[in-house]
Amino acid sequence: MENQLPIIIVVAPLLAALFITALWWFERRLCFPISIIAGVVSLLASIGLLLQVLSGGGVEYRLGGWAPPFGIVYRVDQLNGLILVAVSLVSLLNLAGSRTLAENEFQDKVGAFYALYLLFTAGLLGILITGDAFNLYVLLEIASLTGYALIGLGRRRAPLSALEYLFMGTIGASLYLLGVGCLYLMTGSLNMEDIARILPTILPSNVVVLAFVLCLSGLFIKMALFPLHAWLPNAYTYSPSVVSSLVAPLTTKVMIYAMFRLTLTIFTIDFAFNSMAVRLPILWLAIAAIVMGSLMALAQKRLKKMLAFIVVAEVGYMVGGFWLGNRDGMNGAVLHIINDAAMTLCVFMAAGAIVYKTEDDRLSSLKGVFRTMPVSMAAMVVGGLSLIGVPPTCGFFSKWYLISGGMAAGQYGFVAALIFSSLVNTVLFFRLFEIGYFEPFASGRAHQQHNHTDHIKHSDSIAEAPLDLLVPLVATAVLLIVLGIYSGEIVARVIQFAIPAVIS
Amino acid sequence: METIGDLIIAKYNYWAVIALLIIGLYAMIAKNNLVKKIIGMNIFQTAIILFYISIGSKKGATIPIIVHGHGESSHVVHAADYINPLPHVLMLTAIVVSVATLGVALALAMKIYSQYGTLEEDEISEKIMESETA
Amino acid sequence: MKALGLVAAFCLGGLLFYISFDFPGWGDAKSPASKHVSPYYIEHTMEDTSVPNIVTAVLADYRGYDTLFETAVIFSAGLACFFLLRIPEHKAPAARFYRHLATGITFRIEKGGRLPDDTKEFERIDSVWVPYDVIINMTCRLVVPFIQLFALYVIAHGHHSPGGGFQGGVIFGAAIILFAISNNLRRTLKQMSEQTSALLGSLGVIIYAGTGMLCVLLGAGFLNYGALKSFFGVDPVAARSHSILMVEIGVGIAVTAVMVWIYYNLSSTGKQDEGL
Repeated sequence: MENQLPIIIVVAPLLAALFITALWWFERRLCFPISIIAGVVSLLASIGLLLQVLSGGGVEYRLGGWAPPFGIVYRVDQLNGLILVAVSLVSLLNLAGSRTLAENEFQDKVGAFYALYLLFTAGLLGILITGDAFNLYVLLEIASLTGYALIGLGRRRAPLSALEYLFMGTIGASLYLLGVGCLYLMTGSLNMEDIARILPTILPSNVVVLAFVLCLSGLFIKMALFPLHAWLPNAYTYSPSVVSSLVAPLTTKVMIYAMFRLTLTIFTIDFAFNSMAVRLPILWLAIAAIVMGSLMALAQKRLKKMLAFIVVAEVGYMVGGFWLGNRDGMNGAVLHIINDAAMTLCVFMAAGAIVYKTEDDRLSSLKGVFRTMPVSMAAMVVGGLSLIGVPPTCGFFSKWYLISGGMAAGQYGFVAALIFSSLVNTVLFFRLFEIGYFEPFASGRAHQQHNHTDHIKHSDSIAEAPLDLLVPLVATAVLLIVLGIYSGEIVARVIQFAIPAVIS
Repeated sequence: METIGDLIIAKYNYWAVIALLIIGLYAMIAKNNLVKKIIGMNIFQTAIILFYISIGSKKGATIPIIVHGHGESSHVVHAADYINPLPHVLMLTAIVVSVATLGVALALAMKIYSQYGTLEEDEISEKIMESETA
Repeated sequence: MKALGLVAAFCLGGLLFYISFDFPGWGDAKSPASKHVSPYYIEHTMEDTSVPNIVTAVLADYRGYDTLFETAVIFSAGLACFFLLRIPEHKAPAARFYRHLATGITFRIEKGGRLPDDTKEFERIDSVWVPYDVIINMTCRLVVPFIQLFALYVIAHGHHSPGGGFQGGVIFGAAIILFAISNNLRRTLKQMSEQTSALLGSLGVIIYAGTGMLCVLLGAGFLNYGALKSFFGVDPVAARSHSILMVEIGVGIAVTAVMVWIYYNLSSTGKQDEGL
């Protein structure tokens, strides 16, 4: 079975989603166990695949038995092997903690929720593992459609935010498709490595430049790089908690990986960095993203919207780190993908726990929440310290690489933006901690909560989130520290080989 | 040196596609009504589908179904006699994706309508402002 | 906003127009797109898969993995419409309208009132009352079976003529939707309930993914239909042809069911009580 691992990673969630849709009409309690089994199978397969790649070099899997470029191939190397493990782990952790929240939010439609969840995961895993440009588009659309549906069933402005996300996401995916069309027009092939082989023979060509610009613009819209980030804050704020802790850590990171793959494999470093003059403008966009994201996060009065703007700033880190063009910057960017997925999961899950219990995400109404929800707030503390960049959490190490990359490239604006963002995150999180810890817990609060709707269970002294949410939350917080301690190993053994040797 | 007529004959399919792209993108950004935006999205995606299909055509070639296919022993098949099948395959996928996106967009528009009572974006923004300040 | 839209659209259009002079001409048989991968497909389809329709062969065999996920896309669209719109039935409807068939009198029963028994004397009508039209009703009832037959032909004959799973599935779904439009939604729901359409939708995609996994279990790679030669008992080329038919049937079932499911949810805004 070992050489079938690449396909098991993607097909397991797909089959599980189909079985859930079929069986849920008959036996409701089956949907959660089936999803967990699929998540575990996917995670084990991705770990096995990463170990294969580390010991034996890249893995190629031919679908349908046809050799490339006539068939579709999966290409796994160190870069996507590592991110596959990260994505399947994040998805599984969130799934494990989702049971009570999902029953509460969706009631009768829980089966459909789990099926859409697994289809979303399968789409993201497929984007990570594919070696064919058009296959990436199809899987991108699966992940996007299920994402729109999952976000649309939130509260208040959720349907409108989901529709705006749909419009911008469709423009992005269509621009990417148009770029692939231009590439096909000039090379006649859809396989990534094959296109990379043919492109040097037809350069210099205006059409290839157009294809590059279109593909990159499409991906920038989908990863919410400033100024194309308008869809992200609303979409992540108003979606249900269990959905925002799935979508926020994963969507933008996988799109950033797609940008990596496009630039490193299809267009090659030489073309992207040297022939095109886009390196500096994109770097300035990344700096603007970091600064604007941090400033807008400061201005927010709601917890989830603040966290959503922090995600916008984090995208700037990774995009800037990649387009710095040196080894430290790229190491930092790839490491930051892993770290940011874990950090964002941690803070969004903690925010979900808090919103579940207090029914209100305004920052001002989080008074005293440290006393009532100590474990969730402890996890939020760890996540916040990681976002600020305090050792030994993982956020410190990836920031370290990014800063040293920025200094080596002479891009002091980027370094300044990173430090500015750390300072703003410090202000944000310490403000949160101050409200939660030091403000006295108003005594009239217990009465107020009884007058709310009957969703709230009991609301006296320690009203912690349900246990099945707490265990994955604590596991994620521990993961942040473990990732921090082992980040040197991760860089030396895995990420180092993912970056092509031409980068110094 | 080609004449203008030759140039137009060689490129007018791309120009038609570009015109549709401009119309679709403008409708998606500038129109106020949500259903008009959804229609613009559909026009935009259809333009890209036409772009791919027009890549695959060949002068004097027929549809990609091998003529004496059923039951005969192998005849030599020349690639120049049949148009390129690959863009058609890719665009089957793209059409299905665009229909699926249309379905989800309409479902979201229905939810918005049942929530706000209108499909005009400026009226929806006003209602949101009122409910947030209230 | 209009100005911004115009600027953005014309920027994209202008850029494409400027670069379109470098595109290959229309209908050029020597363009790169026609010279690299596609001649292989055209020249080798018969000996690899014995399916004359090259588009079907490429769709279901060479690039079959894309098609699996395309079917999953349409399935997830059906699931998404259900997830977003469906309102469960136990929330009682507002008011119901009935018509007494003998006299033609229509009356309205408010929420909580006693509904007439399910006899042949009373017929429930939609709140947006559509007159009962004999011509439309009878014509559609006569035509629908032929449309369905044509749809099955399109699916099955996809090897030799333009057609295949998606096309046939949509035609079949359209036949059922025609029945729903000409009669009413409740009668269609009695024939093909939402549960049936959801089950058929997942069954169709399971057939496709299951064929792929069957190839894995028989030792070859995913969707490598040559491995199914022991399953069908024929040589690998004919096994590919049969497997293409099998996955096309799966796709057809899935697309039919999902079209009908999306229609049910969209036309009644999730209530599935009264519709178009």
